[in-house]
Amino acid sequence: MQEIKLNTHISGRFNLELENLRNSVLTMGGMVEQQLCDAIAALRDNHLALAEKVIVNDFTLNSMEVQIDEECTRIIAKRHPAASDLRLVLAINKTTADLERMGDDIERIANLLIRGSLPVSEDIKNGMIATGNHVMEMLRKTLNAFARLDAEAALEIHMGDQEIDEQYKQLLTLAVTEMQRDTELLPQWLEVLWAMRALERVGDRCKNVCEYIIYLVKGKDVRHISREELQRRLAELRQS
Amino acid sequence: MFDYFDLVKPQVSLDNLPAEQVAIDVVGLTLKFGQTRALHNINMRIPKRQITSLIGPSGCGKSTLLGCFNRLNDLTPECQVEGEVLINGRNIYHRRQDVALLRTQVGMVFQRPNPFPMSIYDNLVYGLKIQGIRDRRTLDNAVEQALIDVALWKEVRDRLFDSALTLSGGQQQRLVIARAIILQPEILLLDEPTSALDPISTLTIEELIYQLKEKYTVLVVTHNMQQAARVSDFTAFLHQGHLIEYSDTNQLFTRPRQQQTEEYITGRYG
Repeated sequence: MQEIKLNTHISGRFNLELENLRNSVLTMGGMVEQQLCDAIAALRDNHLALAEKVIVNDFTLNSMEVQIDEECTRIIAKRHPAASDLRLVLAINKTTADLERMGDDIERIANLLIRGSLPVSEDIKNGMIATGNHVMEMLRKTLNAFARLDAEAALEIHMGDQEIDEQYKQLLTLAVTEMQRDTELLPQWLEVLWAMRALERVGDRCKNVCEYIIYLVKGKDVRHISREELQRRLAELRQS
Repeated sequence: MFDYFDLVKPQVSLDNLPAEQVAIDVVGLTLKFGQTRALHNINMRIPKRQITSLIGPSGCGKSTLLGCFNRLNDLTPECQVEGEVLINGRNIYHRRQDVALLRTQVGMVFQRPNPFPMSIYDNLVYGLKIQGIRDRRTLDNAVEQALIDVALWKEVRDRLFDSALTLSGGQQQRLVIARAIILQPEILLLDEPTSALDPISTLTIEELIYQLKEKYTVLVVTHNMQQAARVSDFTAFLHQGHLIEYSDTNQLFTRPRQQQTEEYITGRYG
C-alpha cells in the first residue's frame, strides 16, 4: 500500500476540498476533546456552569456533523473520488458520526451535575476522573493518528482500549458494592452508572475511529475481528 | 446475508482462471514500431464473457494492445511483434493464421461511428454477403437479431432501407456494433466507443456493452475512468507500454496495489 498524499492532485481545487474536509474533522475532534476535558473538570470541581457549557456546545457538534456529511456527499457526487481519496471521504464520514456520538456520551456526564446526581462516594468520583483522563489521552492520540494518517499508531491505540475496559469493570464492581449499602439512592446511582458507561463508550468510539484510520491508510476493513486476527492482518499488510 | 451484493462482483478470479475460461491469453507480447517499443512484455489472460477495460494516459499503448487482438497493427509499416496472443489456444500471430477470418471472430468498433454510405440493411449484411450468404430469409433474420441485440430494432425496423447516415451518432454506433456482431464473433474490441457521443447515448452504449457480455467477450479502451469503473469486470492499467496493474475493477478503483495506478485514477501527478 502506498503512502497517502492529499495535496498532489492535478486539480488544485480538489486538493483544497480534501484538505478542508480533513481539517474540518480534526476541528470537530478538537472540540470533542475540549468537551471531554470540560466535563471531567466540571465533575472534579462540581462546576455547574462548566457542565452547562458542555451541554450547550453539543449543539455545535451536531451541526458540524451535518455540515461535514453534506460536504462528503458533495465531493462524492461531483468529484467521483477513487482509491485513497474515496477511502478518505468514507473514513471521514464514519469518523464524524462517531465523534458526534462521543459528544452525546460526554453530554451524559455533564448531565450528572445538572440533575444533581453526583457520585455519592469520593472513590467512585475519583475513579471516574481517572478513567476520564485515560479516555482523554486515548482521544488525543486517536486524533493525532488521524492527522498524521498513522495506521501503526492507530493499531497501538486500538489495543490500549483494553485498559479502559478493565478500569470500567473495576469501577462497576465498586459501584455495585456501594449501591447495596444504601438502596434509597438507587435512582441517583443509575444516573452515575449511565455516565460511567458513557465514558467507557467514548473509548470504544476512539477504537472505531482507529479502525477507520487503518482502513483509510491500508485499505483493509478490520472491524468486528479479534485482536489476534487484527494483528495478524496488519502484519501481513506490513510485509506486502 | 446480502446475496445480491455478489451481482456486482466478477464471477471469475484472474488468479486461477481455468483454461476453458480464457478468451485471450497474451504471453510475453512486445511490439515495436521500427525502433520504438510500444508494448513491453505484456502478459495477461482475458476472461471469457466478461468485460475488460484498458485504461491509461495517451500514448500508453492501450489502443495498440487492443489492435494486437485482431492484428490491426499489421497494417502499420515496420510493426514487429514478439511473443504470442492465443485465442482458443492458437497463436493468432502464427504465419498460417487467416487474418480475414480472425477479424470476423474478433470484431472491432472505433471511436467515431463509421457506417458505410449505404442503407442500414446493406451495412449489416455486407460481411455476410462477403462470406457468400445470399439467402434472403437468412439475411433478414440475421439483420433482425443483430438489431435486437443492440436495442436498435424498434427504432429502425420501418426504415431499414434508409441511408445509415440518417441515423444519430448514438444509433450509428449501435449499428456499427450490430455490424460486428452479425458475424457472430467471439470477441468484441471497442476502441473508445463513446468518446464522440453525448452523455445519454453514452449510457445507452454502456448498457448495451453490459448486455453483450452474455454472448461475447468484450474489451473496451477508454479515456473515461468512470466509464471503466462502471462497465467493466476487470481493468488493466497501462503506462508507457507496460502493464502496470491488471485486476478486478472493484479492487482497482478502491485499493489499487501500485502507486502509479493510484496516481492515475485519483488524478495526481504521474
